Amino acid sequence: MSKVNVILKVNGDLYEVAVNPSKTLVEVLREDLQLMGTKIGCQTGDCGACSVLINGKSACSCLTLAIESQNKEITTIEGLAPSGEELHPIQEAFVKEGAIQCGYCTPGMIMSAKHLLDKNPTPSELQIRQAISGNLCRCTGYARIVKAIQVASEKMNKSAKES
Amino acid sequence: MYIRNFTYLEPKTIEEALAMKANLGIKSSIIAGGTDLLIKMKHHSINPDFVIGLNSIPDLDYIKINTDNELVIGTMAKLTSIEESNEIKNYFPALAHSASVTATVQIRNMGTLVGNICNASPSADNATPLLAYDAKVVIMNQSGNRIVAMDEFFKGPGKSALETGEIVKEFILPVPSKMTGSSYQKVSTRSKVDIAGICVSALISLDKDGKIAKARIALGAVAPIPFRVYKAEELLIGKIPNIELLKEASKIAREESTPISDMRSSADYRKAMVEVLTFRVLEASIQSATKKKN
Ligand SMILES: Cc1cc2nc3c(=O)[nH]c(=O)nc-3n(C[C@H](O)[C@H](O)[C@H](O)COP(=O)(O)OP(=O)(O)OC[C@H]3O[C@@H](n4cnc5c(N)ncnc54)[C@H](O)[C@@H]3O)c2cc1C
Ligand code: FES
Ligand code: FES
Repeated sequence: MSKVNVILKVNGDLYEVAVNPSKTLVEVLREDLQLMGTKIGCQTGDCGACSVLINGKSACSCLTLAIESQNKEITTIEGLAPSGEELHPIQEAFVKEGAIQCGYCTPGMIMSAKHLLDKNPTPSELQIRQAISGNLCRCTGYARIVKAIQVASEKMNKSAKES
Repeated sequence: MYIRNFTYLEPKTIEEALAMKANLGIKSSIIAGGTDLLIKMKHHSINPDFVIGLNSIPDLDYIKINTDNELVIGTMAKLTSIEESNEIKNYFPALAHSASVTATVQIRNMGTLVGNICNASPSADNATPLLAYDAKVVIMNQSGNRIVAMDEFFKGPGKSALETGEIVKEFILPVPSKMTGSSYQKVSTRSKVDIAGICVSALISLDKDGKIAKARIALGAVAPIPFRVYKAEELLIGKIPNIELLKEASKIAREESTPISDMRSSADYRKAMVEVLTFRVLEASIQSATKKKN
């Protein structure tokens, strides 16, 4: 039961790391790839803090084995603002609408919002609430988070029309 | 919450997976979406030496209607695909509904229908619709396939008809006759995200005179296994549906349930809700069957 070499494609970059097969994706992201944006909360799929996109679909990286994440496109919160300067419209809306307090839930919330808006660019409030029902926030309350996702969706649709 | 280390095996074909499972027996676990298995491994209630991933075997996630007019759901079909499939929404709406209220978006993107059933939890959301639709479980082992009816699959909490060395290939659900309605309802504390406190499914087919030709009532989370209430089904057969009849069937469902009290609900509450939900799913099934008649 030794380590195995795993090749992961995260935010478009390829990484090769030697890991125990028992390591979860979130552990490898944070400990081996130093991508600390993805958070660890419950470790059991309940809180959504560890949400990432795997082949465009939101998933809990705490319940995904790194070894099973090979040959897939993984997107983490870092991938939404690759330059580190210009924020993604969803991130911008979270900041502007005050949808962040401690910020611990935010990366996971934003990945769930991204999954939703990629699938459905004009969601209703109910659809937004359903889409983030797997993400817990212990500080902000959900009203501002929902508002931020609405604002982001409007902005993204507007710039899609313009381009 | 670390997982004890194991050797990961990645079969490329089903035959390879079956050979591994036959060789390694109880020292190994199959992983599909991992949303049940990895939690058990984190809690150290299972510590397999070998984990056999089905991820690299191509094309196991099919959902299709076959030439015998049956729906076939492959072993790696995710709950999200079940929820979104047009065939399932059209012909098996109770299953589309149960899949859509299982867990969270993330877990539905990861978890499979087969995993939900193989885990054999008494409260598995998708068990009662499969019972109501007379699903068959196609099980593979090294000597071939065998078929187990859904109502013979569950043996106890966490126990199923699967023998060591066996892997589920697919579920087969006969497409119901035209004048059929079906419905699923669940009660839980934290709405969707939570495991069901009680879940109930029904299916009703009417004949051309409006009599009940086929009835299925299945209950979850109110006994050691999800089960059909045969006594209530028999009561309904051959009768023209009316409110009194549905009330009587719902009462039988209540009597046949043997729930426990736990952190999710008390036994008394569960029994009361079985009666309420059974009535509702029967009423909804009859309404939709009647609509198709007209
Ligand atoms: C936060 C959270 C919320 C949840 N909420 C719900 C809920 O509301 N309702 C509900 O019903 N469930 C819920 N679950 C449980 C779980 O998500 C589902 O049961 C899911 O469908 C399991 O599928 P999987 O593919 O992840 O299974 P896995 O974990 O991969 O497997 C489950 C079991 O089945 C076995 N298995 C898998 N595939 C096969 C096969 N082909 N042949 C033989 N054995 C096999 C595995 O060895 C394992 O023992 C929840 C889980 C989490 C983490
Ligand atoms: S840490 Fe993964 S869902 Fe909570
Ligand atoms: S902002 Fe603190 S948990 Fe959401």
